Amino acid sequence: MKKFEVEDLTKIFGRSPVKGLELVRQGKEKEEILKETGMTVGVNRASFSVDSGEVFVIMGLSGSGKSTLVRLLNRLIEPTEGSVKLDGEDITKMNSEQLREARRTKMGMVFQRFALFPHKSVCENVEYGLEIQGVPKQERNKKALESLGLVGLENYADSYPDQLSGGMQQRVGLARALANDPDILLMDEAFSALDPLIRKDMQDELMDLQSSMQKTIIFITHDLDEALRIGDRIALMKDGKIVQIGTPEDILTNPANEYVEKFVEDVNLTKVLTASSIMKRSEALVLGKDGPRVALKRMREKGTSTVMVVGRDRTFLGVLTAEGAKEVAENGKSIEDVLIKDAVVVEEDTPVSDLLPKMAENQFAYPAVVTNEQGKLRGVVVRGAMFAALAGNGVNNDATS
Amino acid sequence: MQLPKIPLEQWIDTFVTWLTENFSGLFDFITNIIEPTVDFFQMILTLAPPVITVAVISLLVLLASRLSVALFTLVGLLLIVNLQLWEQSVETISLVLTASLVSVIIGVPLGILAARKQWVQNILTPVLDFMQTMPAFVYLIPAVFFFALGAVPGVIASVIFAMPPTIRLTNLGIRQVPKDLIEAADAFGSTSFQKLFKVQLPLAKSTIMAGMNQTIMLSLSMVVIASMIGAGGLGDVVLQAISRLEVGQGFEGGLAIVIIAIVLDRVTQSLGNGKRKIS
Repeated sequence: MKKFEVEDLTKIFGRSPVKGLELVRQGKEKEEILKETGMTVGVNRASFSVDSGEVFVIMGLSGSGKSTLVRLLNRLIEPTEGSVKLDGEDITKMNSEQLREARRTKMGMVFQRFALFPHKSVCENVEYGLEIQGVPKQERNKKALESLGLVGLENYADSYPDQLSGGMQQRVGLARALANDPDILLMDEAFSALDPLIRKDMQDELMDLQSSMQKTIIFITHDLDEALRIGDRIALMKDGKIVQIGTPEDILTNPANEYVEKFVEDVNLTKVLTASSIMKRSEALVLGKDGPRVALKRMREKGTSTVMVVGRDRTFLGVLTAEGAKEVAENGKSIEDVLIKDAVVVEEDTPVSDLLPKMAENQFAYPAVVTNEQGKLRGVVVRGAMFAALAGNGVNNDATS
Repeated sequence: MQLPKIPLEQWIDTFVTWLTENFSGLFDFITNIIEPTVDFFQMILTLAPPVITVAVISLLVLLASRLSVALFTLVGLLLIVNLQLWEQSVETISLVLTASLVSVIIGVPLGILAARKQWVQNILTPVLDFMQTMPAFVYLIPAVFFFALGAVPGVIASVIFAMPPTIRLTNLGIRQVPKDLIEAADAFGSTSFQKLFKVQLPLAKSTIMAGMNQTIMLSLSMVVIASMIGAGGLGDVVLQAISRLEVGQGFEGGLAIVIIAIVLDRVTQSLGNGKRKIS
């Protein structure tokens, strides 16, 4: 379900936005328009849609228009042109009363510099959104404490913002945005002012909260690692334009143009790619059903020297090599006796960077086995796929060992 | 060749005469508000014998401020009583309180307006500059024209002279509220009034109080000058001393003014610094 549908959203700062709009329509770039007219193009015909429950990251360097874009969504900045449909209703056409109502009930916002009210206690800060809606003191206090509980700060309700650390202050900011129970969270560089370790904690915490609350989150950041960590989809902005929209892997593996390519070139692909993205499907031998001759035949057909052995429910049991299969066939041993059980086994979401040292440890003797959370076989990562990932070629599903 | 002098003097005189003739109703109305206010403050301050009033005032100061300020108030005001200047001091304090009250009632809303509307600030700024730099004595003349002699023109002149800091600092205080806090207030759907009363004014409070403090101090200095048009109070004591060249009497009057100034200053300052307790 579409939560936000943004179409041709444009913001021009300057004396005669109408003229600027014309230049934008003629396809002129931000730089040219600035030189010609002195007007700044904040956002240039941005179009995108966000699904309900999605974490949509808008990323760009400073000056790319990302903070302006998020403020156009709740009209903290008035758009010059374009439409923002929230649940099908066009925000840009709302009168001030409807807009206020939408801000109160549908959208919570978290700010880069926290923007907590210094004259109010933590609890009063969290209550603010409810207070201005006229919710009775007792009820809003209860909701505020619940919301503080979500971020683990219920014991600090009576403190004042300046008594808290940066990370705690931003938790309060998050609690304040959550207290109204909005469908949408707008987070403007919410974690950028925090130091890297706390930032990572906050990202994890946000993802935890998100998995239970399923809000629609629009997250602004200039930090690619952050975008890749938390985004379901990422929109990359440059000079007010959206250059590319896609999943983290799309952006990394199929950059739309040189700019995106440059942006992502420093990213360590192995940290982003997961075992499941470089694994290939594997032939499996079902123990108790297939015998050694079937195993040998399959290896011959596929040109491999190993086959994965699973139980009837596809639970991974071990690796059977060609020599092992021969021994079973000739000496009458059982498959269990020759099964190799110390193969590298990882889950689907293990980053390639974690997988590599494990495979190196046993000298890439066998393919790494990828299972899901229940230990069922999903696929294998062969040596060639691993090297392809390291070489930066991205996903290579055709690799063979 | 000599250019003819622009008859600015005549224009102003004519304008003032025109105002006096056509707006006497308005001036009567203002008189009817200010006179009772001054009388009211005077009545309160003379309700009890001076010593008891001084004790009560010191107690109130203790509640609003620190012990040291309260002690200073007690000793200082008792000294004034001892110098037999209490009656004149009460007149002066009443005039100051009235002038400050009027300044705040008019000044704070004007300051808020100036902070919200750029054009209001654009108009107000030169007017305020004018009000503050014009020699204070000059206000006394039209004030006498419109309101005759006595306490009322004294208060009016004081208001004109003392109001600018309240307007300026209210404007400044509200404009100084960080932009992201305003954005936060907006993003959660505050109405304009909610934003003003729940965010802007509380955060501008200490700046506004600093403006009020200045207003009170300025109106005290103007009220003393206003004794020249019969406003009465401690200014009379000083004025008499000047005309008779009595140094001692002049010093006594001056000392009383200083004591009142210090008390008013310290009390308004401690009101301005919020008393939020850090646990």
